[in-house]
Amino acid sequence: MSKDLFWLPTNSAWSEGFAAARKLPAAEAAARLRELANCNIDFLQTVQMDRALQKIADAGRAEANASKPVRLALLGSSTLGHLAPAIRVAAYRRGLWVEIFEGEYGLYRQELEEAAGESSELRKFAPDVLLLAIDAQQATRGSAEDALHEMEACWELARRHLNCVVVQQTVLAVFPALLGNNEHQMADSPRTLVARINELLRPAAERAGVLLLALDVFAQQEGLRAWHDAALWHRSKQEVHPRVSHLYGEHVARLLASVRGRSYKALVLDLDNTLWGGVIGDDGLEGIVLGQGNAVGESFVAFQKYAKALAARGVVLAVCSKNDEVNAESPFAEHPEMVLKRGDIAAFVANWQDKATNLRVIAEQLNLGLDALVFVDDNPFERALVRQELPMVAVPEMPEDPADYIETVAAAGYFEATAVTEDDRKRSEQYQANAAREAAKTTATDLPGYLRSLEMKLIWRNFDRVGLSRIVQLINKTNQFNLTTRRYTEADVLAKMEQEKKSRALTLQLRLTDHFGDNGIISLLIGELDAERTLWMDSWLMSCRVLGRQVEEATLNLLAREAKAMGARAIGGVYLPTKKNGMVREHYGRLGFEKTEDNADGSSRWRLALENFVPHEVLMETVEGEQGHDGASRPGADLLATH
Amino acid sequence: MVQADQAQIYSQLTSIFHDLFDDDSIVLTPATTAEDVEGWDSFNHINLIVAVEAKFGIKFKTAELEELHNVGHLVQMIETKLAAKG
Repeated sequence: MSKDLFWLPTNSAWSEGFAAARKLPAAEAAARLRELANCNIDFLQTVQMDRALQKIADAGRAEANASKPVRLALLGSSTLGHLAPAIRVAAYRRGLWVEIFEGEYGLYRQELEEAAGESSELRKFAPDVLLLAIDAQQATRGSAEDALHEMEACWELARRHLNCVVVQQTVLAVFPALLGNNEHQMADSPRTLVARINELLRPAAERAGVLLLALDVFAQQEGLRAWHDAALWHRSKQEVHPRVSHLYGEHVARLLASVRGRSYKALVLDLDNTLWGGVIGDDGLEGIVLGQGNAVGESFVAFQKYAKALAARGVVLAVCSKNDEVNAESPFAEHPEMVLKRGDIAAFVANWQDKATNLRVIAEQLNLGLDALVFVDDNPFERALVRQELPMVAVPEMPEDPADYIETVAAAGYFEATAVTEDDRKRSEQYQANAAREAAKTTATDLPGYLRSLEMKLIWRNFDRVGLSRIVQLINKTNQFNLTTRRYTEADVLAKMEQEKKSRALTLQLRLTDHFGDNGIISLLIGELDAERTLWMDSWLMSCRVLGRQVEEATLNLLAREAKAMGARAIGGVYLPTKKNGMVREHYGRLGFEKTEDNADGSSRWRLALENFVPHEVLMETVEGEQGHDGASRPGADLLATH
Repeated sequence: MVQADQAQIYSQLTSIFHDLFDDDSIVLTPATTAEDVEGWDSFNHINLIVAVEAKFGIKFKTAELEELHNVGHLVQMIETKLAAKG
């Protein structure tokens, strides 16, 4: 069944989760259902969701307490009943509770006239918003001007009797072309008529302060065939097909959110592989992929341009990146192809803390609620962490190809606005000024709970020939989490492997899998045993992608065990500073090593006695990998799952 | 779905009914009609047909729906359409 809310994550266990949520006490169910509403669901799931919500309406209303319920009157000339559940669910997804008054089929004009009287049901309902959905058959009974006058008359009645916000649906071009490409030459063709009505409607609505629901535009973007089916029209007078009712609901909910001032306000961007290709800390300014002459680089430029255009109309931009701040800022200052400049970013947070904590900091700096933030990150680990820790933050499911980033963020409609004001255009600057004044505060994130839920598995092997090319690549590419930054050729690595056979060296390659898939080889260690039986760590390096997941601790546990097995009494650590590896200066200290040397050049030596070593508690399983496993990085592949 | 037999169709159809009518105790038989299922009104009938079309990847003709009289008949139509799809 088509699930077109593609910017929302797909939840393969949705049905089970939904069934379980319904058994919870109402308040908990309301929170859980909101999470489930924020999944890519189809129209049938939307119907189910609506029914479940209606049964716990009080709790649902309380869950959506940031804003008082929106009272929406739905009036039109065709069958609209199937759209009401979709609107309610889409609004709930955004933390809005909507009460709907459904007009009698086809009697929209009459009901608006009758709203003059005290006994009118519509008037008693006292809507905050009136949605007027006039179908194409109805709109084209006369001339385009007739259709417009009819609509204007309705707006006037609503203003007079209901004093509410009016939303007019544009007319869907359901008619076949009679001429074809040059249809506009035939003024009285129904299709031309629809185009003409929509053309007149836009300025008229603007003059009257009426908002539009641009049904004609959605159908253009997504295809009329998805939105309208003649068979359904004949059968049940549904102009909008039930299978896209959840999309229709989304569009209405965005407008309602906007009317209530509850649109999202800030776009928080990750950096590496979100604003440019590659990892700035490892690849450097010359190495990141950004700019003309390369299709991927152009995709990132286009995405930056989109972000900049949003900023120019009032969306606040922020950065949330796991990076050294200096590294993170360098492209903004120095890379010639960067569209976004440091001055476009109102809050810039780059450090090694978890992103949920950093998003709290950003919200505070910007003086916005967390529910005003949209967080864009290419890394599924970070997205899932933020969704779990901060369910009020919108986290679009980013596609793998950066060329599709814009479409995803745009389709989600987070920043729906009904007009652009001068204030909007200046907003970004204001936020920047505020952010500069605010100091960072942090609050605790339930990281252990999240890590446990990841079902991480650290799979280790000694170096082998199968993994050789990947091992050499990592040794020569890793800059940040690299204690000694020693670079080796294939021959060098093979020599270490020979030493290992004589029990004079230990080599470890580590792969991390979790429920998102396989992260590939993420860490390498080389140790050499000296005459004193100390295993000196010649190299210890790790991909920054897996920072903050206790891989270091789990690796040490493994290292200590293997070192003991080869007869070592202690592990010796060496840190050699470079411009890029400042983040691991205290690596050995953090793991409980004692500092034995602190040199003027910034290098240091460390020692850990193995006799009394107590393994660190870690939330992952460590297992030995299979012989001859392909060591190449294959993100997403479900490898070794049964090991 | 190519080789779907009636039992499979009943099982998939039952799951649609459970979801749509919010009642996991619904047991479908060939003789089941709208009279037997609470909530199977004209509105939900449209939803049911749309859900069935989407789930099985088929499309009903308007005339076929006019003469639809019970679940057995619906299953028969699904089976015929799936067979025609090859």
